[in-house]
Parts: sequence; structure tokens; C-alpha cells
Amino acid sequence: MNRTYELMFIVRPDMPEEDQDKLISTLETAVTSSGGTMKKVERMGKRRLAYTVRKFHEGIYLLLIVEGQGDLVHELERRLRVTEPVIKFLTVRIDEEQKRLDKVKKIREARRKAPPAAAPAEGGGETAAVTA
Amino acid sequence: MAEETKATTAPAAEPAASGERPSGDRPSGDRPSTDRPSGDRPSGDRPSGDRPSGDRGERRGPRPGGPGGREGGRKFFRRKKVCKFCVEKIDAIDYKDYRLLGQFVAENGKIVPRRLTGVCTPHQRRLSVAIKQARNIALLPFAGRAS
Repeated sequence: MNRTYELMFIVRPDMPEEDQDKLISTLETAVTSSGGTMKKVERMGKRRLAYTVRKFHEGIYLLLIVEGQGDLVHELERRLRVTEPVIKFLTVRIDEEQKRLDKVKKIREARRKAPPAAAPAEGGGETAAVTA
Repeated sequence: MAEETKATTAPAAEPAASGERPSGDRPSGDRPSTDRPSGDRPSGDRPSGDRPSGDRGERRGPRPGGPGGREGGRKFFRRKKVCKFCVEKIDAIDYKDYRLLGQFVAENGKIVPRRLTGVCTPHQRRLSVAIKQARNIALLPFAGRAS
């Protein structure tokens, strides 16, 4: 029963690229060692922060999508907490949300296919169903 | 209850003198001339200027014909606001999408109530969660102007 989590964290803006890579690979090993998979890594680049965090006004945002058990999050967050360049992190569980979105999408697809005559164009059919 | 329905229809028939309030929140029969023990009842007589925005007694539910919402002093009809998410069919309100979220945040950083933006309740709840997540990850400010 694997859960999908999205982990976004901010590192200080003067962290060099290879240190970031090292950090990501450390997290990756932590993920795989506890039986999970790293689905995606995204670097969102340097951004201005909305408020000052640990005296920094800018930060480099990194996003990881991981899949694993519940205690995987504990482990990752523990590591991030002790890592000095990381100034903020946020973990969100996304598998429930994904399930809901898939269900909604499926219903919408079914509705699109089911009334063939009522929906000449997909856009027209959708709006008609919605406004009804 | 019958007395209350009569009471609500009667003042609705007369044009609102001060125009403020749909008379939805009168607790019981409201003939203005009845002697009430307390003189300055806030929701007693209608022509008494501006009323505190009210949860006096129970709400009668949404009044379709009334002058707009409970804005406190709007006489003109407010156009029917539609929920932006329902119209554009945006399912997932992502905290990373700070530009979208920023449209529902006031100048000082507060979340705008849904009666002003017209968002429907389930979307407003998800939006509020997303805004709070974005605040936590420094994409939106807690207070102050959003950069």
C-alpha cells in the first residue's frame, strides 16, 4: 500500500549545483533503502521568497515526488531538518487527491462518450451538460 | 411560524426605506409600532440607519430577490458571480500555482471571503488549504504585499 508524497524544499541561494545533486542523491538512497521509489525530481530554480526565512530573501526550490510507506516521510524530513542548507520544507500527500482527480476525469470521459448525439463537439457537449 | 412568514412578506412588499437589509433576520413579528421593552434594538425598526451585519436570530436562507448579498448597504443588484473554478473546470488547486492563488488573496495577504470572489464552497475550502500550504513554503506571504 504505497502512498505518494510531494516534497518541496528550499535551499539557500548560494548553494552550488553539485551540492544540490549530492543532497538529492542522498535523499534518493534514503528513499530506495526504505523500499520506495523516487518518481520525479524537479528544480524550480531560484525564487524570491515571500518573507524572510533565516535571513534569506531568495532560495532555490526543489521538488521531489516519492512513493513509499508512511515512515518514509519521517526519514526524509529528519534528513532535511539536519541538513544545514535546507531552510524550509513541506510534504504533501497526493495519492488521495490523485484518486479523486482520476475519478472526476473518468466520469467526465464517460459523460463525453455516452451521449453521442447530444455532443456534436466535445466543447459544446461539455458546456451544455454543465449549464443544464 | 405563520406569523413570521406574514411578517417577512409585509416588509418585503414595502420598498425598503433605508434600503439596507432584506428583512430576513427579524426574530419575531415586527410591527414597528409595537412597544418593545428595549428602546434601541439594533434589528428592531427598519428605518434606523445602518444595521450591524447580522446574525440576529436565524437566517431565513438565501433571498433571491434581495438587493445583493449581505454586504451592508448595497442597493443595486450584484451580478451573479460564478465560481471561477467551476466554470474553467479546474479540478486541482495546486499550492505551487501561486499566480492563481494570488488572485484570491487581498493586498494585505488575507484570504478573500467567498462572498466577494464568488467561489463555491468546496472550491473555497480547497483554495484555502492551498493558500495556507503556499504560505508555509514562502510562495505567498502571511501578511503584507505579495511580491
